[in-house]
Amino acid sequence: MFHALANPNRFLKLARPATAICLWAGLALIAFGCWAGLTQTPPDYLQGETVRIMYIHVPSAWLGMAGWSSLAIASFSYLVWRHPLAAVAARAIAMPGALFTALCLITGSIWGRPTWGTWWQWDGRLTSMLLLFFVYLAYMALARADRERGGDARIPALFGIAGTVLLPIIHYSVIWWNTLHQGPSITLSGSSIAESILWPLWFTLAGFTLFFAAIVLMRMRAELATQKAEARMRRLTHA
Amino acid sequence: MKAKHQRLTLGLLAVAAVLGASGLALSALRTQASFFYSPGDVVRDGLPLGHHVRLGGMVEKGSVRHMPDGITVRFVVTDGKAQVPVRFTGVTPDLFREGSGVVAEGEFQRDGSFIADNLLAKHDARYMPPQVAGKMHETKTLQP
Repeated sequence: MFHALANPNRFLKLARPATAICLWAGLALIAFGCWAGLTQTPPDYLQGETVRIMYIHVPSAWLGMAGWSSLAIASFSYLVWRHPLAAVAARAIAMPGALFTALCLITGSIWGRPTWGTWWQWDGRLTSMLLLFFVYLAYMALARADRERGGDARIPALFGIAGTVLLPIIHYSVIWWNTLHQGPSITLSGSSIAESILWPLWFTLAGFTLFFAAIVLMRMRAELATQKAEARMRRLTHA
Repeated sequence: MKAKHQRLTLGLLAVAAVLGASGLALSALRTQASFFYSPGDVVRDGLPLGHHVRLGGMVEKGSVRHMPDGITVRFVVTDGKAQVPVRFTGVTPDLFREGSGVVAEGEFQRDGSFIADNLLAKHDARYMPPQVAGKMHETKTLQP
Protein backbone atom coordinates (compact mmCIF):
# COMPACT_ATOMS: atom_id res chain seq x y z
CA MET A 1 0.00 0.00 0.00
CA PHE A 2 2.69 2.43 1.13
CA HIS A 3 4.99 1.57 -1.73
CA ALA A 4 2.21 1.45 -4.28
CA LEU A 5 1.70 5.15 -3.57
CA ALA A 6 5.32 5.87 -4.44
CA ASN A 7 4.16 6.05 -8.03
CA PRO A 8 3.04 9.69 -8.36
CA ASN A 9 0.43 8.87 -10.99
CA ARG A 10 -1.25 6.31 -8.76
CA PHE A 11 -1.10 8.79 -5.88
CA LEU A 12 -2.65 11.53 -8.01
CA LYS A 13 -5.52 9.26 -9.03
CA LEU A 14 -6.39 8.83 -5.34
CA ALA A 15 -5.51 12.36 -4.24
CA ARG A 16 -7.85 14.14 -6.63
CA PRO A 17 -11.13 12.81 -5.16
CA ALA A 18 -9.64 12.74 -1.63
CA THR A 19 -8.93 16.49 -1.80
CA ALA A 20 -12.54 17.29 -2.63
CA ILE A 21 -13.91 14.99 0.09
CA CYS A 22 -11.57 16.39 2.78
CA LEU A 23 -12.22 19.99 1.77
CA TRP A 24 -16.02 19.92 1.68
CA ALA A 25 -16.51 17.57 4.61
CA GLY A 26 -14.02 19.66 6.60
CA LEU A 27 -15.71 22.97 5.81
CA ALA A 28 -19.14 21.51 6.64
CA LEU A 29 -17.92 20.19 10.01
CA ILE A 30 -16.22 23.52 10.82
CA ALA A 31 -19.37 25.45 9.95
CA PHE A 32 -21.58 23.18 12.06
CA GLY A 33 -19.11 23.14 14.97
CA CYS A 34 -18.79 26.93 14.99
CA TRP A 35 -22.55 27.42 14.76
CA ALA A 36 -23.13 24.95 17.61
CA GLY A 37 -20.29 26.46 19.66
CA LEU A 38 -21.66 29.98 19.26
CA THR A 39 -25.34 29.28 19.81
CA GLN A 40 -25.98 25.85 21.29
CA THR A 41 -23.68 25.67 24.30
CA PRO A 42 -23.92 27.38 27.70
CA PRO A 43 -21.30 29.93 28.78
CA ASP A 44 -18.63 28.91 31.29
CA TYR A 45 -19.34 29.56 34.98
CA LEU A 46 -16.21 31.71 35.38
CA GLN A 47 -15.25 32.97 31.95
CA GLY A 48 -18.71 33.55 30.51
CA GLU A 49 -18.93 33.80 26.73
CA THR A 50 -15.15 34.09 26.28
CA VAL A 51 -14.83 30.31 26.55
CA ARG A 52 -16.23 29.91 23.01
CA ILE A 53 -12.86 30.83 21.46
CA MET A 54 -11.88 27.30 22.54
CA TYR A 55 -13.61 25.87 19.43
CA ILE A 56 -10.94 27.57 17.26
CA HIS A 57 -7.99 27.68 19.68
CA VAL A 58 -7.85 23.98 20.56
CA PRO A 59 -7.98 22.68 16.93
CA SER A 60 -5.29 25.24 15.99
CA ALA A 61 -3.01 24.05 18.78
CA TRP A 62 -3.66 20.40 17.87
CA LEU A 63 -2.89 21.00 14.18
CA GLY A 64 0.24 23.02 14.95
CA MET A 65 1.60 20.03 16.87
CA ALA A 66 0.10 17.24 14.75
CA GLY A 67 1.47 19.10 11.71
CA TRP A 68 5.02 18.89 13.00
CA SER A 69 4.56 15.24 14.02
CA SER A 70 3.44 14.32 10.51
CA LEU A 71 6.22 16.44 9.00
CA ALA A 72 8.72 14.51 11.13
CA ILE A 73 7.20 11.13 10.17
CA ALA A 74 7.35 12.09 6.49
CA SER A 75 10.98 13.23 6.91
CA PHE A 76 11.82 9.97 8.64
CA SER A 77 10.26 7.85 5.87
CA TYR A 78 12.11 9.90 3.30
CA LEU A 79 15.46 9.38 5.01
CA VAL A 80 15.01 5.67 5.68
CA TRP A 81 12.98 4.32 2.76
CA ARG A 82 13.71 7.12 0.25
CA HIS A 83 9.97 7.28 -0.38
CA PRO A 84 9.81 9.99 -3.07
CA LEU A 85 6.43 11.34 -2.03
CA ALA A 86 7.49 11.69 1.60
CA ALA A 87 9.75 14.67 0.85
CA VAL A 88 6.92 16.28 -1.11
CA ALA A 89 4.53 15.65 1.78
CA ALA A 90 6.89 17.13 4.39
CA ARG A 91 7.28 20.33 2.38
CA ALA A 92 3.53 20.52 1.81
CA ILE A 93 2.76 20.23 5.53
CA ALA A 94 5.05 23.07 6.65
CA MET A 95 2.96 26.04 5.47
CA PRO A 96 -0.44 24.98 6.93
CA GLY A 97 1.37 23.83 10.08
CA ALA A 98 2.91 27.28 10.55
CA LEU A 99 -0.44 28.89 9.77
CA PHE A 100 -2.31 26.95 12.47
CA THR A 101 0.49 27.51 15.00
CA ALA A 102 0.15 31.25 14.35
CA LEU A 103 -3.64 30.97 14.67
CA CYS A 104 -3.16 29.19 18.00
CA LEU A 105 -0.88 31.97 19.28
CA ILE A 106 -3.26 34.70 18.10
CA THR A 107 -6.46 33.15 19.49
CA GLY A 108 -4.61 32.30 22.71
CA SER A 109 -3.55 35.92 23.08
CA ILE A 110 -7.11 37.14 22.49
CA TRP A 111 -8.36 34.60 25.05
CA GLY A 112 -5.64 35.50 27.56
CA ARG A 113 -6.56 39.18 27.76
CA PRO A 114 -10.01 38.77 29.38
CA THR A 115 -9.24 35.61 31.40
CA TRP A 116 -5.68 36.11 32.69
CA GLY A 117 -5.50 39.86 32.29
CA THR A 118 -2.59 39.85 29.82
CA TRP A 119 -2.03 39.47 26.07
CA TRP A 120 1.29 37.73 26.44
CA GLN A 121 3.56 36.32 29.15
CA TRP A 122 6.85 34.42 28.81
CA ASP A 123 5.26 31.33 30.26
CA GLY A 124 6.57 27.82 29.44
CA ARG A 125 3.66 26.83 27.20
CA LEU A 126 3.40 30.14 25.34
CA THR A 127 7.14 30.42 24.77
CA SER A 128 7.56 26.84 23.52
CA MET A 129 4.63 27.27 21.12
CA LEU A 130 6.19 30.50 19.78
CA LEU A 131 9.43 28.56 19.25
CA LEU A 132 7.53 25.93 17.26
CA PHE A 133 6.25 28.72 15.00
CA PHE A 134 9.82 29.93 14.39
CA VAL A 135 10.97 26.34 13.75
CA TYR A 136 8.28 26.03 11.06
CA LEU A 137 9.53 29.24 9.42
CA ALA A 138 13.12 27.99 9.57
CA TYR A 139 12.07 24.69 7.99
CA MET A 140 10.28 26.49 5.16
CA ALA A 141 13.32 28.66 4.45
CA LEU A 142 15.65 25.65 4.59
CA ALA A 143 13.46 23.50 2.34
CA ARG A 144 13.21 26.29 -0.24
CA ALA A 145 16.96 26.96 -0.18
CA ASP A 146 17.67 23.23 -0.54
CA ARG A 147 15.30 22.99 -3.52
CA GLU A 148 16.72 26.05 -5.24
CA ARG A 149 20.25 24.68 -4.93
CA GLY A 150 19.07 21.37 -6.37
CA GLY A 151 19.61 19.47 -3.11
CA ASP A 152 18.08 16.03 -2.46
CA ALA A 153 15.90 17.20 0.50
CA ARG A 154 18.03 15.29 3.01
CA ILE A 155 19.01 18.34 5.07
CA PRO A 156 15.43 19.62 5.52
CA ALA A 157 14.43 16.04 6.46
CA LEU A 158 17.09 15.96 9.21
CA PHE A 159 15.84 19.32 10.44
CA GLY A 160 12.29 17.93 10.44
CA ILE A 161 13.38 15.14 12.79
CA ALA A 162 15.45 17.45 15.01
CA GLY A 163 12.47 19.79 15.44
CA THR A 164 10.47 17.09 17.26
CA VAL A 165 12.52 18.04 20.33
CA LEU A 166 9.90 20.74 20.92
CA LEU A 167 6.82 18.51 20.91
CA PRO A 168 7.31 16.85 24.33
CA ILE A 169 8.42 20.21 25.76
CA ILE A 170 5.20 21.88 24.61
CA HIS A 171 3.07 19.03 25.90
CA TYR A 172 4.71 18.65 29.31
CA SER A 173 5.42 22.35 29.90
CA VAL A 174 2.14 22.80 31.77
CA ILE A 175 2.62 19.61 33.79
CA TRP A 176 6.27 19.86 34.82
CA TRP A 177 6.62 23.59 35.30
CA ASN A 178 4.56 26.24 37.02
CA THR A 179 2.86 28.01 34.14
CA LEU A 180 0.15 30.60 33.69
CA HIS A 181 -1.46 28.31 31.13
CA GLN A 182 -3.67 25.72 32.81
CA GLY A 183 -2.98 21.99 32.62
CA PRO A 184 -4.47 19.74 29.94
CA SER A 185 -8.28 19.54 29.96
CA ILE A 186 -8.62 16.59 27.61
CA THR A 187 -6.50 13.55 28.44
CA LEU A 188 -6.74 9.87 27.61
CA SER A 189 -8.51 9.25 30.90
CA GLY A 190 -11.24 11.80 30.22
CA SER A 191 -12.01 15.47 30.09
CA SER A 192 -12.49 18.18 32.69
CA ILE A 193 -14.70 20.14 30.30
CA ALA A 194 -18.42 19.66 30.93
CA GLU A 195 -20.05 17.56 28.20
CA SER A 196 -22.50 20.34 27.30
CA ILE A 197 -19.60 22.71 26.50
CA LEU A 198 -17.28 20.09 25.00
CA TRP A 199 -19.31 18.43 22.22
CA PRO A 200 -18.98 21.06 19.42
CA LEU A 201 -15.21 20.89 19.89
CA TRP A 202 -15.15 17.38 18.39
CA PHE A 203 -16.80 18.78 15.23
CA THR A 204 -14.36 21.67 14.82
CA LEU A 205 -11.42 19.36 15.65
CA ALA A 206 -12.43 16.86 12.96
CA GLY A 207 -13.35 19.65 10.55
CA PHE A 208 -10.09 21.57 10.84
CA THR A 209 -8.12 18.31 10.59
CA LEU A 210 -9.86 17.39 7.31
CA PHE A 211 -9.36 20.96 6.07
CA PHE A 212 -5.65 20.67 6.93
CA ALA A 213 -5.44 17.38 5.02
CA ALA A 214 -7.11 19.03 2.01
CA ILE A 215 -4.54 21.86 2.00
CA VAL A 216 -1.68 19.34 2.23
CA LEU A 217 -3.09 17.26 -0.66
CA MET A 218 -3.56 20.39 -2.79
CA ARG A 219 0.00 21.53 -2.13
CA MET A 220 1.36 18.04 -2.89
CA ARG A 221 -0.54 17.94 -6.19
CA ALA A 222 0.72 21.41 -7.11
CA GLU A 223 4.29 20.35 -6.32
CA LEU A 224 4.02 17.15 -8.37
CA ALA A 225 2.57 19.10 -11.29
CA THR A 226 5.49 21.56 -11.09
CA GLN A 227 7.99 18.70 -11.05
CA LYS A 228 6.31 17.13 -14.08
CA ALA A 229 6.35 20.43 -15.97
CA GLU A 230 9.99 21.01 -15.12
CA ALA A 231 10.92 17.50 -16.30
CA ARG A 232 9.07 18.07 -19.57
CA MET A 233 10.87 21.38 -20.04
CA ARG A 234 14.22 19.67 -19.50
CA ARG A 235 13.38 16.95 -22.03
CA LEU A 236 12.31 19.57 -24.57
CA THR A 237 15.49 21.60 -24.19
CA HIS A 238 17.68 18.50 -24.48
CA ALA A 239 15.83 17.10 -27.47
CA MET B 1 23.39 -5.26 6.81
CA LYS B 2 21.49 -3.70 3.96
CA ALA B 3 21.76 0.06 3.42
CA LYS B 4 18.06 0.44 4.15
CA HIS B 5 18.43 -1.24 7.55
CA GLN B 6 21.45 0.88 8.33
CA ARG B 7 19.45 4.03 7.59
CA LEU B 8 16.56 2.73 9.69
CA THR B 9 18.85 2.11 12.67
CA LEU B 10 20.48 5.52 12.30
CA GLY B 11 17.07 7.18 11.96
CA LEU B 12 15.72 5.48 15.08
CA LEU B 13 18.87 6.44 17.00
CA ALA B 14 18.40 10.04 15.87
CA VAL B 15 14.79 10.08 17.09
CA ALA B 16 15.82 8.55 20.42
CA ALA B 17 18.59 11.16 20.78
CA VAL B 18 16.17 14.00 20.03
CA LEU B 19 13.62 12.75 22.57
CA GLY B 20 16.40 12.22 25.13
CA ALA B 21 17.57 15.79 24.56
CA SER B 22 14.05 17.00 25.09
CA GLY B 23 13.78 15.11 28.38
CA LEU B 24 17.13 16.46 29.57
CA ALA B 25 16.09 20.02 28.69
CA LEU B 26 12.84 19.60 30.59
CA SER B 27 14.45 18.24 33.74
CA ALA B 28 17.40 20.67 33.66
CA LEU B 29 15.08 23.64 33.38
CA ARG B 30 12.73 22.23 35.98
CA THR B 31 13.32 24.97 38.53
CA GLN B 32 14.55 27.78 36.28
CA ALA B 33 11.77 27.61 33.74
CA SER B 34 8.93 28.02 36.20
CA PHE B 35 6.74 30.99 35.52
CA PHE B 36 6.29 31.76 39.21
CA TYR B 37 7.36 30.83 42.74
CA SER B 38 4.81 28.91 44.77
CA PRO B 39 4.62 29.53 48.55
CA GLY B 40 6.12 26.06 49.11
CA ASP B 41 9.18 26.94 46.96
CA VAL B 42 9.83 30.00 49.10
CA VAL B 43 9.71 28.02 52.34
CA ARG B 44 12.10 25.43 50.88
CA ASP B 45 14.58 27.71 49.11
CA GLY B 46 14.37 30.96 51.05
CA LEU B 47 13.00 34.35 50.08
CA PRO B 48 14.19 35.71 46.72
CA LEU B 49 14.74 39.19 48.19
CA GLY B 50 15.59 42.18 46.03
CA HIS B 51 14.26 40.60 42.83
CA HIS B 52 11.14 41.35 40.90
CA VAL B 53 9.43 37.94 40.85
CA ARG B 54 6.08 36.26 40.41
CA LEU B 55 4.23 34.42 43.14
CA GLY B 56 1.52 31.95 42.16
CA GLY B 57 -1.04 29.81 43.92
CA MET B 58 -4.62 29.79 45.10
CA VAL B 59 -6.31 32.72 46.80
CA GLU B 60 -7.18 31.29 50.21
CA LYS B 61 -10.92 31.17 50.87
CA GLY B 62 -12.06 33.97 53.19
CA SER B 63 -8.74 35.78 53.06
CA VAL B 64 -9.58 38.68 50.71
CA ARG B 65 -9.82 42.01 52.57
CA HIS B 66 -10.55 45.30 50.84
CA MET B 67 -8.80 48.24 52.48
CA PRO B 68 -10.66 51.48 53.23
CA ASP B 69 -8.89 53.36 50.42
CA GLY B 70 -10.95 51.30 47.97
CA ILE B 71 -8.16 50.11 45.68
CA THR B 72 -5.87 48.16 47.98
CA VAL B 73 -6.63 44.52 48.55
CA ARG B 74 -4.97 42.04 50.90
CA PHE B 75 -5.21 38.30 50.51
CA VAL B 76 -3.31 35.10 51.24
CA VAL B 77 -1.78 32.93 48.50
CA THR B 78 -1.50 29.26 49.35
CA ASP B 79 -0.37 26.09 47.61
CA GLY B 80 -1.43 23.73 50.38
CA LYS B 81 2.11 23.66 51.85
CA ALA B 82 2.61 27.28 52.86
CA GLN B 83 0.90 30.65 52.89
CA VAL B 84 2.12 34.08 51.81
CA PRO B 85 0.21 37.28 52.65
CA VAL B 86 -0.03 39.60 49.64
CA ARG B 87 -0.88 43.28 49.33
CA PHE B 88 -1.90 44.72 45.98
CA THR B 89 -2.97 48.22 44.97
CA GLY B 90 -4.79 48.49 41.68
CA VAL B 91 -7.54 46.94 39.62
CA THR B 92 -7.91 43.19 40.04
CA PRO B 93 -8.65 41.03 36.96
CA ASP B 94 -12.23 39.81 36.41
CA LEU B 95 -11.39 36.24 37.28
CA PHE B 96 -9.67 37.14 40.55
CA ARG B 97 -11.68 35.51 43.33
CA GLU B 98 -11.29 33.42 46.46
CA GLY B 99 -10.48 29.76 45.87
CA SER B 100 -9.22 30.50 42.37
CA GLY B 101 -5.69 30.65 40.93
CA VAL B 102 -3.65 33.85 40.87
CA VAL B 103 -0.19 34.97 39.76
CA ALA B 104 1.10 38.13 41.47
CA GLU B 105 4.07 40.11 40.14
CA GLY B 106 6.08 42.08 42.67
CA GLU B 107 8.64 41.74 45.46
CA PHE B 108 8.98 39.72 48.63
CA GLN B 109 9.48 41.69 51.84
CA ARG B 110 11.82 40.74 54.71
CA ASP B 111 8.88 39.65 56.86
CA GLY B 112 7.87 37.05 54.24
CA SER B 113 4.95 39.02 52.85
CA PHE B 114 4.64 40.02 49.21
CA ILE B 115 3.83 43.39 47.68
CA ALA B 116 2.35 43.01 44.20
CA ASP B 117 2.27 45.60 41.44
CA ASN B 118 0.34 43.43 39.01
CA LEU B 119 -2.13 40.56 39.28
CA LEU B 120 -2.87 37.86 36.69
CA ALA B 121 -5.74 35.43 37.08
CA LYS B 122 -4.94 31.78 36.47
CA HIS B 123 -7.80 29.48 35.72
CA ASP B 124 -7.82 25.72 36.04
CA ALA B 125 -8.59 23.10 33.42
CA ARG B 126 -12.28 22.82 34.33
CA TYR B 127 -15.00 24.29 32.16
CA MET B 128 -18.67 23.95 33.05
CA PRO B 129 -21.99 25.70 32.57
CA PRO B 130 -23.12 28.07 35.35
CA GLN B 131 -25.99 25.79 36.46
CA VAL B 132 -23.58 22.95 37.19
CA ALA B 133 -21.24 25.22 39.12
CA GLY B 134 -24.21 26.37 41.20
CA LYS B 135 -23.88 30.03 40.40
CA MET B 136 -24.82 32.20 37.47
CA HIS B 137 -22.14 34.02 35.59
CA GLU B 138 -22.91 37.72 35.55
CA THR B 139 -21.38 40.08 33.07
CA LYS B 140 -20.62 43.15 35.12
CA THR B 141 -20.54 46.49 33.35
CA LEU B 142 -20.42 49.99 34.75
CA GLN B 143 -23.77 51.73 34.57
CA PRO B 144 -23.59 55.06 32.73
